[in-house]
Amino acid sequence: MGRRTPLYELHRSLGARLIDFGGWDLPLAYGSQLDEHHAVRRAAGLFDVSHMGILDVRGREAQAFLERLIANDVAKLDVPGKALYGCMLNESGGVVDDLIVYFLGAERFRVVVNGATRDADLAWMRAQASRFAVDIVERVDLALIAVQGPEARAQVARLLAPAEAAYALALGRYRAAQIGTLYLARTGYTGEDGFEVMLPGADADGLWRRLNTLGVISCGLGARDTLRLEAGLNLYGHDMDASTHPYESRLGWTVALEPRERRFIGRGMLEGVLAGGSERKLVGLELDGRGVLRAGQRVLVAGGREGSITSGTFSPTLQRSIALARVPAATAGTVQVDIRGKLLEALVVEPPFVHRGAQKGSQIQTKGST
Amino acid sequence: MSQVPADLRYTKTHEWVRIMPDGLLEIGITDHAQHALGDLVFVETPEPGRRVSAGEPYAVVESVKAASDVYCPVAGEIAAANAELASSPERINQSPYEAGWIARLRPQDATAVAKLLTPADYSKLIEAEGD
Repeated sequence: MGRRTPLYELHRSLGARLIDFGGWDLPLAYGSQLDEHHAVRRAAGLFDVSHMGILDVRGREAQAFLERLIANDVAKLDVPGKALYGCMLNESGGVVDDLIVYFLGAERFRVVVNGATRDADLAWMRAQASRFAVDIVERVDLALIAVQGPEARAQVARLLAPAEAAYALALGRYRAAQIGTLYLARTGYTGEDGFEVMLPGADADGLWRRLNTLGVISCGLGARDTLRLEAGLNLYGHDMDASTHPYESRLGWTVALEPRERRFIGRGMLEGVLAGGSERKLVGLELDGRGVLRAGQRVLVAGGREGSITSGTFSPTLQRSIALARVPAATAGTVQVDIRGKLLEALVVEPPFVHRGAQKGSQIQTKGST
Repeated sequence: MSQVPADLRYTKTHEWVRIMPDGLLEIGITDHAQHALGDLVFVETPEPGRRVSAGEPYAVVESVKAASDVYCPVAGEIAAANAELASSPERINQSPYEAGWIARLRPQDATAVAKLLTPADYSKLIEAEGD
């Protein structure tokens, strides 16, 4: 038996198929994974992501600690309510985890980390925190529900009093606010608009049922994975990990090298990488034809070199297979992928594959005209 | 709880067999199998005329999660394949025993079907697998 979120009994009562995910018992799907995917692209769906770690960092040196810990610069969070995506790196520049930092107020930040890594993250953070005047509190009392899709924000607003609803709907992207018992953040992992809602675990069941009643359907990890991959978002442990650095993981934009005097962990190694250039890169692949790209498949590129797929799936929106692959830096054009012993041609593309419902459309269809 | 129609025979690898009036065998994967696989997105059906032995992979079903071989329950020659599955693989999810049939087989030995699992045996098998 794995760890359970406050919504475990509700998932069971809704008939979810539960699977082990990083030591947690979580829903894979409630019915059709494809229907759940389409609901998020077209209307709204909700996900239990309470397995993710919510870590409050408080104290006089909270900002200084996070400036050391994270490769993006929390000094960008100049007003409470702003959020920032970034990575914690090890001394070798490898990614310990990717995370979102929320600025709660003076000397108070909230860090949301991946579920599969939360224990290791907490240990890493506490080890790094020993030289700073900070406390790290794991908010095991909170549940985390993602409500995602073009109608998601409006649906959440329907549960709020008029003044609160207006305030919630006025939140900008990557902004958050405490509204009653809800900490509402306009963030997500699907490529759609929406909120991630942190709330007392005991209230999670009620919020979920009310959103279900409004027509927001329950979605599992299966749809979450196809949605995030269409959106070109990395999954920790697959597309990057402690052995890969941000510049070979399409995460260079999250590394803040200015100001130069900020000595974040891993900085020295990343400066070396920048000076010498990355040998590998993470690219998008689209398969022209039948078959499904899957993690671990070999990618053959020009010059007899090889890479491999880090995440692959069938894209329900594009109706063809898409993937992220780590390949030699010079890779461009087309590659061959070894799918169950057959070599199939795939096109190297720039993610995202799909963005905000307005589908980018297949990049394959425009291949002949470019 | 998965459906296990009483008029079919089954294999341990979750295929079903129907004896048709003309003596051909219609074959496919069970409700339990489609449920375990999840939403199917591609089905690779066999070419008519192909000879297959019992236990040989004759088709591939690919879901969002994984690709899986489908094994032939008895030896024979492929007489027909369900062409609808190329454009509508979800037929197997929606109707595994009717619209989701995969192939029709001319059996080498018509009595081989009698050696397959009965509905009662198959029900016990999937119950043991936690259906």
